[in-house]
Amino acid sequence: MNIHEYQGKQLFREAGVKVQDGVHCKSVEEALAAYDSLGSKVVAVKSQIHAGGRGKGNLYCPTSGDLLMEGGVKIAFDRDEVETYAENILGHILVTKQTGPAGKLVSNLYVEAGCEIAHEYYLALLVDREAKAVLIMASTEGGVDIEEVAENTPEAIHKIWVDPTADLLESQKRKLGISLGLQGAALEDFFGMIGSLYELFVSNDCAMVEINPLVRTKSDEMVALDAKVSFDENALFRHKDWDELRDLSEEEPTETRAKEAGLSYVKLDGDIGCLVNGAGLAMASMDVIKLYGGEPANFLDIGGGANKESITTAFGIILDDPSVEGILVNIFGGIIRCDMVARSIIDASREIGLSVPLVVRFSGTNHVEGKTVLDESSLEVTTVSTLAEGAEAIVGLIGGGQ
Amino acid sequence: MAIWLQEDSKLLIQGITGSQGRFHGKMMVEYGTNVVGGVTPGKGGQTVDLADREVPVFDGMHEAISKTDADASVIYVPARFAASAIIEAADAFNEIKGEGLIVCITEGIPTLDMVRVVGHISKSPGIRLIGPNCPGIITPGEDGGCKVGIMPGYIHAKGRIGVISKSGTLTYEAVAQTMSVGEGQTTCIGIGGDPVSGTGFIDCLAAFEEDSETEAVVMIGEIGGTAEEEAAAWVADNFSKPIVGFVAGATAPPGKRMGHAGAIISGGKGTAAEKFAAFEAAGIHIARDPSEIGAVLKVALEQAGLL
Repeated sequence: MNIHEYQGKQLFREAGVKVQDGVHCKSVEEALAAYDSLGSKVVAVKSQIHAGGRGKGNLYCPTSGDLLMEGGVKIAFDRDEVETYAENILGHILVTKQTGPAGKLVSNLYVEAGCEIAHEYYLALLVDREAKAVLIMASTEGGVDIEEVAENTPEAIHKIWVDPTADLLESQKRKLGISLGLQGAALEDFFGMIGSLYELFVSNDCAMVEINPLVRTKSDEMVALDAKVSFDENALFRHKDWDELRDLSEEEPTETRAKEAGLSYVKLDGDIGCLVNGAGLAMASMDVIKLYGGEPANFLDIGGGANKESITTAFGIILDDPSVEGILVNIFGGIIRCDMVARSIIDASREIGLSVPLVVRFSGTNHVEGKTVLDESSLEVTTVSTLAEGAEAIVGLIGGGQ
Repeated sequence: MAIWLQEDSKLLIQGITGSQGRFHGKMMVEYGTNVVGGVTPGKGGQTVDLADREVPVFDGMHEAISKTDADASVIYVPARFAASAIIEAADAFNEIKGEGLIVCITEGIPTLDMVRVVGHISKSPGIRLIGPNCPGIITPGEDGGCKVGIMPGYIHAKGRIGVISKSGTLTYEAVAQTMSVGEGQTTCIGIGGDPVSGTGFIDCLAAFEEDSETEAVVMIGEIGGTAEEEAAAWVADNFSKPIVGFVAGATAPPGKRMGHAGAIISGGKGTAAEKFAAFEAAGIHIARDPSEIGAVLKVALEQAGLL
C-alpha cells in the first residue's frame, strides 16, 4: 500500500526525520494561502500521485488532451508562479514513466518551503528478500534515477544489512555516513536521521522508504526533500490508522472490488479473461495463452477459499471488462472441488448472462464430476483436460492466434 | 530415503482445534500421516477426532514434543499469531531434540515478522522451516505416505522425482505432469511465494543431490526476487542430476503484485525471461508450457540414461 509524499513527510516529522515546512493543498486558493503562511520566498509546488518520476512528467488537460506543463514538480520564485503551477497541476493528468500513458489525475498538491542545497543524496530502506534482512542503501548520486546509477556506477551505491536479532548498530550508521563522504555536523545529523528512519520503517511495517533526494543543506543539515513510503499490506491488522492514509482514488477500483471478495485480480491489456485457482497457476495460464498466440485480459486467482459468491464476483469482474472476448477457466482441484466450481460457473453465467465463449479445464479433485455437471447443463462450454488444450481452444474460439 | 520427511515421521498440528487444523488434520491422517497430537493454547487436555484416530491437544509445543517425541510440526494458525507459533516450535524442537521440521501453511504473515523469525531460527542449525504461504511437503509411500500440508494426496505416488515449487496449485500441475509420464515422486516441497521464507531452492536441491532415491528434479519458480538465478548458478557447480525447470509469470506486467506477495517485478528485476535464461545457462531442461513438463522430463531422463 502506497501513501502520498505529504503523508510520508508527516510520518517523518513525527519520527524526528528533518523535512521542510509544507502544506497539503487541494485547491489553488489553498496553495496561495500555503505560500503566504510558509514565509519562504522560494517554494516547491509538487503534484501528489502514487507514482515516481513526477519531476520529469508532463501535465495534460483531461478533456482536450493538450499539454499544459512540463514537469509535475516546480520551483516557484513568487506568488504568481505558485498560482500558475497550481492551476496547471490540480485537476489535470500527470503522465510519468511510472504511470503508463494513461497518467493519473492529480487532486492533491504539496507546497513546501525551499532550502539551500549543498549536495543531493539517495537513501532507501527495504526488505532484501535474498538476505532476509532490512537493507539500507545510500548513494552520493541523488536526485537522479537510482536504477541508472545501479546500472552505470554500482560502486556509488553503498549498502548495509540490519541483523534482525541485533538491531541497527552505531558502527553501521558510521560506515554508511562515511561512505557518503559526510563529515562534522552533517555526519552527526545523518546518524540521528538513519536511526529514526529505521525505527519508523520497523514500527510502521514498511515495505519501502525511499528518499530521493536526501539533501545536505548549506548549513550542514540532512533534510528529506522527498518521501516515498509504502506499507506491507499483510500487517494491516496491527495498523488501523492505515485506513485514513489510504487514497482509494489512487487504486484500481476493480482490484479493490476483487480484494473485498477474497480474489486477487490484476487487469492486463489482452482479450482473454482468466479465472484460475492459485497465483502460480494463474500466471502460468496467462503465459500459455500467450504461447498459443492469445493475449490474457487479466490475472485472477480465486484463492483456496473460493465459493459460489466469490466465483460469481470473479465472473462479473471479468465480464465487466469490455475488451474480454472469451474466458478460460483453469482449476486444479485440491481443497476446492471441481464440481462445486462447475455449479458456480453455471449459476454465475445465468445470473450475469454469459455472452462470450467459455473454455473450462478441470483437473484434480472431482474433475470428472465437474465435467459431467457442465456437460449436462444447457451452458455452451468447451471442456478440456490440459492447460495447453484450454489455451489452444480459447484462442481458436475467439479467432485469434497464429 | 526421501528428504526431511519420512513415511513414518511423527507430526504435531499447531492450531489443531481451528477449522483449518481439524479439516487438514483429517485429510493428513486419511492419507497415512502419523499425526500424534496438536497444540492450541488454553485447550490442553482435550482430544481431537481425526478420521480414525483421537489425538491429544496440548497447551504448548514444549509439552507436546516432550510427550509425543514428534519430529515435525505443521502450522495452521492465523497470520497474526503465526510468527510466534513458528518461534515457539523452533525453540521447543531445538531444546528437546536439537532438530525438527516446521511447515507453516499460513498466508499473509507480515514480512518483517518473517525477517525476525528467520533471523531467530538461523541460530538453531537443526531446525528447518518450510513456508510460510505454501502447500507444504509430502513424501508419498507404497501405501499412503506422509503428507504435511494442504495438497491433495491422491495425485501423488512414490517414485524417483523430487519436486520443488514456489506455488501451490502449479505444484500439483507439476506432480500430475510427472505422473503423466509414469514417474512418481520422492518428496514434493512447496517453498511458498512470500518474499521472505525459510527453506529455499538451494536447500532443497542440496538435499535431493544427497538423496540416493531422487534421480531427477522438477523445479517451478515464479517472477520476483533472484532465488531462481541463485539456484541456477548453484546447480551449475554442485548438482549432478537432471532438472526440469519452469518459471511462471512471463506475461506479468512490471510493478504489479501477482497474487503472491513475492511475485512482483520491481526495478526491472525478477522477470521470467532472466530466470529462464539462468536455467538454460545452468543446463536445466526448460519447459515453457507447464503442460510439457512431463514430456521434457522424459527427454531429460533419457539423455541421462535413466530410461
